[in-house]
Amino acid sequence: MPQWIRACATGDVEEEDLIRFDHGGATYAIYHSPEGRFYATAGLCTHENVHLCDGLVMGHLIECPKHNGQFDYRTGAAKRAPVCVDLRTYPVKVDGSDVFIEVP
Amino acid sequence: MARREYSLLGPDGARAVETGLAAAEWYHTDVPRKVMKELMQRSDQPAIRDTILLYGCMVGFAAGGIALWGTWWCVPFWLAYGVLYGSASDSRWHECGHGTAFKTAWMNNAVYEIASFMIMRNSATWRWSHARHHTDTYIVGRDPEIAIMRPPAFVKLIGSFFGIPEVIDFFPRMIRNSLSGPTAEERTFVPQSEWGKVQRVALIYTAIYAATLAAAIGMQSILPLMVVGLPRIYGAWHHVMTGVLQHGGLADNVIDHRLNSRTVYMNPVSRFVYWNMNYHVEHHMFPMVPYHALPRLHEAIKHDLPAPNRSIVEAFAEMWPALRRQLAYEDYFLRRDLPAGAKPYREDFHRAALGDMPDALPAE
Ligand code: FES
Repeated sequence: MPQWIRACATGDVEEEDLIRFDHGGATYAIYHSPEGRFYATAGLCTHENVHLCDGLVMGHLIECPKHNGQFDYRTGAAKRAPVCVDLRTYPVKVDGSDVFIEVP
Repeated sequence: MARREYSLLGPDGARAVETGLAAAEWYHTDVPRKVMKELMQRSDQPAIRDTILLYGCMVGFAAGGIALWGTWWCVPFWLAYGVLYGSASDSRWHECGHGTAFKTAWMNNAVYEIASFMIMRNSATWRWSHARHHTDTYIVGRDPEIAIMRPPAFVKLIGSFFGIPEVIDFFPRMIRNSLSGPTAEERTFVPQSEWGKVQRVALIYTAIYAATLAAAIGMQSILPLMVVGLPRIYGAWHHVMTGVLQHGGLADNVIDHRLNSRTVYMNPVSRFVYWNMNYHVEHHMFPMVPYHALPRLHEAIKHDLPAPNRSIVEAFAEMWPALRRQLAYEDYFLRRDLPAGAKPYREDFHRAALGDMPDALPAE
């Protein structure tokens, strides 16, 4: 049953950056886009199990810190080799200064 | 330890997977996120400047070589052209393959494709082999880019300074790839979705070499081959000289780049040709940092790394005797001291590799 859970405060993630959020044995990445929106994806790269939180956000791309594979974090689409498999994304809502994600 | 089996299809690779040595979590020096973000920032400007300089010099040297062809005066022009073609292409291939040299993706891709052709690496295959090199750096049976295997094959190594083993390997492989896509070994690290691309790239390379050869035959001269193809041989020495220092004589089967990679201070010309990959521990630890920011990264983390070698000569003086020792004693490697205050090497992670250390060495 999907549920909304609080992931962080809006001020916890700088613009054009991301943080890691762990919940229920799973790991997620929460993004703050350059235009101020929030997004959430799976926290691990689909190429190998590397945490994306150490990567670099450039515009709407997250670049993985291990082999520089890239995803569009808004859609999860794989954008640059060596990643070929899309990243799972999760719905996000902002309530006041809190960021919530809907997890399965 | 038993003899190392470097084949990607062999038992050492399978053992690395079983024991968790493959695809492991590697040691990283702590760097505040704010500093790291700043170091990772991309920019087109340094790489555009360097690329104009590189290709401009290549055109100039080739023009000089052609104009003076038939006289001894052409030799220095070809030697300079050769190093830019047969060595600078290696570092451009590398940095643009990571996608960090330029900020703009198409610029990385364009320079990557040109450099791959010049260095005689199938651009589709090698993107993946290099990813594996970063996942499993010097893990025997997993890393397809181990330059110096143990015991070191000195004849092959010396031949590499003239590109001989690589060229001998490249052309039959290019034909095989053209006819049937990646080989069985290549299929272990190239995803199936890319097999068609490997074949297409090989066909393009084959067509270019065939056209160059036809021009040489038509002109009854090796001049076209001096421009395309042969510089991979007569200009390879610089990238081999710098490349063997990356990991030569150091540990294998460890998951701390401070144990298996080497940083060497180099002169500005070599750093231009090599695009700052002399900061090799730094590059492996943080592959997201572009070449132009590596000196700054070095400053930020050098307190946690073994002291760098101060010159190419000093690094060779350190590495060469270690390689010679590995001839007699395959498990030997150089273990460099860490500075006071650095995080110690995790002996528990590396027991298999570090267990029988140089103390147990037989006398030379
Ligand atoms: S682990 Fe992310 S690109 Fe390889």
